Amino acid sequence: MSIETSEFVNPRRTADGKEPLLDINTLYVEYLTRRGPAKAVNNVSFSIQPGEVFGLAGESGCGKSTIAHTILRVLKPPAVITGGQILFDGEDVLKMNDRQLEDFRWRKVSMVFQSAMNSLNPVITVGEQVTDVILRHNKVSKKDAYDRAAELLKIVGIEPERLKSFPHQMSGGMRQRVVIAIALALNPAMMIMDEPTTALDVVVQKDILQQIQQLKETMGFSILFITHDVSLMVEFSDYMAIMYAGEIVEKAASKEIFTNPIHPYTQGLLSSFPSLTGKKRKLTGIPGSPPDLVNPPTGCKFHPRCTRCTHKETEVAPQLTEVLPGHWVAVHAGMPLPTGNDRIGQSSVAKR
Amino acid sequence: MDTVEKKLPVGSDPKRKRGARINIPRTSALYTLLGSPKARVGFVIVMLFVLAAIFAPLVAPGDPKEFVGATNQPPSAQNIMGTNPQGKDVFRQLVWGGRLSLLIGFGSGALMVLIATIVGMISGYKRGIVDDILNFIMNLFLVIPGLPLLVLLSAYLKPGTATVIFSLAFTGWAYNARIIRAQTMSLREKDFVAAAVVSGEPVLKIIFVHILPNMVNIIVGGFIGAVIYGIMASTGLAFLGLASTQDVTWGTNLFWAQNGGALMIGAWWAFVPSGLAVALVAFGLALINYGMDEITNPRLIAERDVKSVLRKAKLPRMRATPVVPHEH
Repeated sequence: MSIETSEFVNPRRTADGKEPLLDINTLYVEYLTRRGPAKAVNNVSFSIQPGEVFGLAGESGCGKSTIAHTILRVLKPPAVITGGQILFDGEDVLKMNDRQLEDFRWRKVSMVFQSAMNSLNPVITVGEQVTDVILRHNKVSKKDAYDRAAELLKIVGIEPERLKSFPHQMSGGMRQRVVIAIALALNPAMMIMDEPTTALDVVVQKDILQQIQQLKETMGFSILFITHDVSLMVEFSDYMAIMYAGEIVEKAASKEIFTNPIHPYTQGLLSSFPSLTGKKRKLTGIPGSPPDLVNPPTGCKFHPRCTRCTHKETEVAPQLTEVLPGHWVAVHAGMPLPTGNDRIGQSSVAKR
Repeated sequence: MDTVEKKLPVGSDPKRKRGARINIPRTSALYTLLGSPKARVGFVIVMLFVLAAIFAPLVAPGDPKEFVGATNQPPSAQNIMGTNPQGKDVFRQLVWGGRLSLLIGFGSGALMVLIATIVGMISGYKRGIVDDILNFIMNLFLVIPGLPLLVLLSAYLKPGTATVIFSLAFTGWAYNARIIRAQTMSLREKDFVAAAVVSGEPVLKIIFVHILPNMVNIIVGGFIGAVIYGIMASTGLAFLGLASTQDVTWGTNLFWAQNGGALMIGAWWAFVPSGLAVALVAFGLALINYGMDEITNPRLIAERDVKSVLRKAKLPRMRATPVVPHEH
């Protein structure tokens, strides 16, 4: 079986005519280094529907966090956005000035940072840090802000009395909940979660993810969820994109990616985690390391690490193509699809 | 089709070109330092004085203490900076004076920072009784008015270059020591220090091999500040007549100009050159300090690079991540 070539179309999802909440279009981000620009995000397009959880996965340094920070325009030098569109509710974030961005950030899109546990100031009480963001963005009295902070803490499952605590008096999980409470403070339409549970143990991780899921159901915000833990992502997100070296290599509904991964990189990622229920097998992982983004390999950027590449010599990079309904992959036409042995866990479900 | 695994060199790119001419590696500290316009100006100024001092016999041949003609002569073809109230050539005095002034400045600066580093780091790392004692001494030196002590020392010790360097270092080390102590106290809590402690490394190795390299920026900054202080203070002392008046330094030049009443009769050429030299060297060193910041804080370099990209694209500076569209 091989993949048919199809005309390159804008790989944006146009799901039943609904307006997407966030619509990222051919986004380019470069880090200016003395060796030349490092293309950290290269021609990335995806969109998130209201109330949806969208997952971005990929190994360290593939540009996941860069995209997250770009949406809020908080990337620090030497980062420069060199092209594309980020439409949020029809407004282009890349055309906003500092003043408009201040309104946009947190009120419309909030963020839970990667080292969320360290993003609390150790010498200020939790209460002050939660009320801070409310007071900064709303014209309310200190008393009202404090009441709201207490309410927020209750929402994330912490007793309001803990507002008087300092961060070091709380456990990692609690601090994480506080950070999520701060992200919820202004009722944003979307929340970016950049590896929010990486530093937590599995039990607390599960707890917090369930909490987020519940909050999402009741409050109706969308989530852009970033992680390198693909199995976690598959469970948590509705739709996901796999990134490699600044590009999206595969994009589909999460279940579809899990059961029917096509890109060799996606398969590598999925086979890097053991399956609890499937039969025992060797964890294969992906040989080699991510490419240098200043001088990336020509053609398909994954080819030096790819075991099934048929186009090693080609200088043309494969385009994201819809190979199955709603399933976009960037592979060369004619690439052999994996046989059963290469497949992760439940390979029998794969073909449909 | 087969799925044969091939070993391919990852990350090698044959198209990558090598630089055509040999130059300073773009990642070296010197390149960074000279890449900053401020530091470049500072470097040129300081090097100008240093080279003039080193090659004084070529730049201004002749004995600076030689009596060359009438007193207080304005600049002329014969004496390009005129003569001072003692009838000595001002240009020779300026160039030769730089030798001792710079030697005292850099010498006392180095000594100050050496004492400050050792005392500050041991005090900050050891804590407890050692810290109490060393900290007390530091505070003592901070509250003792420096200049009177300096005057006292200079007056009682045998005049000479070594004396000046020693007394400057003796009175001026405490300020940097306090800064280094504070930074050491902060760094000693880091995990890499804890790792060094549990792996059984000796205290001195932890202090000077693990902690010291993390505060090179503070030490170099302190050194530059100390050199400025050394030059300024030694000039001040000499101007007050507390250095050996037999030596030729920028300070003694000013002393003789004042002594001979150059200020009163308006012979500006007698005191402006040496005064300006002190000010310019201090200015140049301060500029180099800015460049130092960039070496130790690469984010500043990145900011500068992005600013220049924005300037080229004629885009306004903003706090948010800039958008610079270009073809892909």
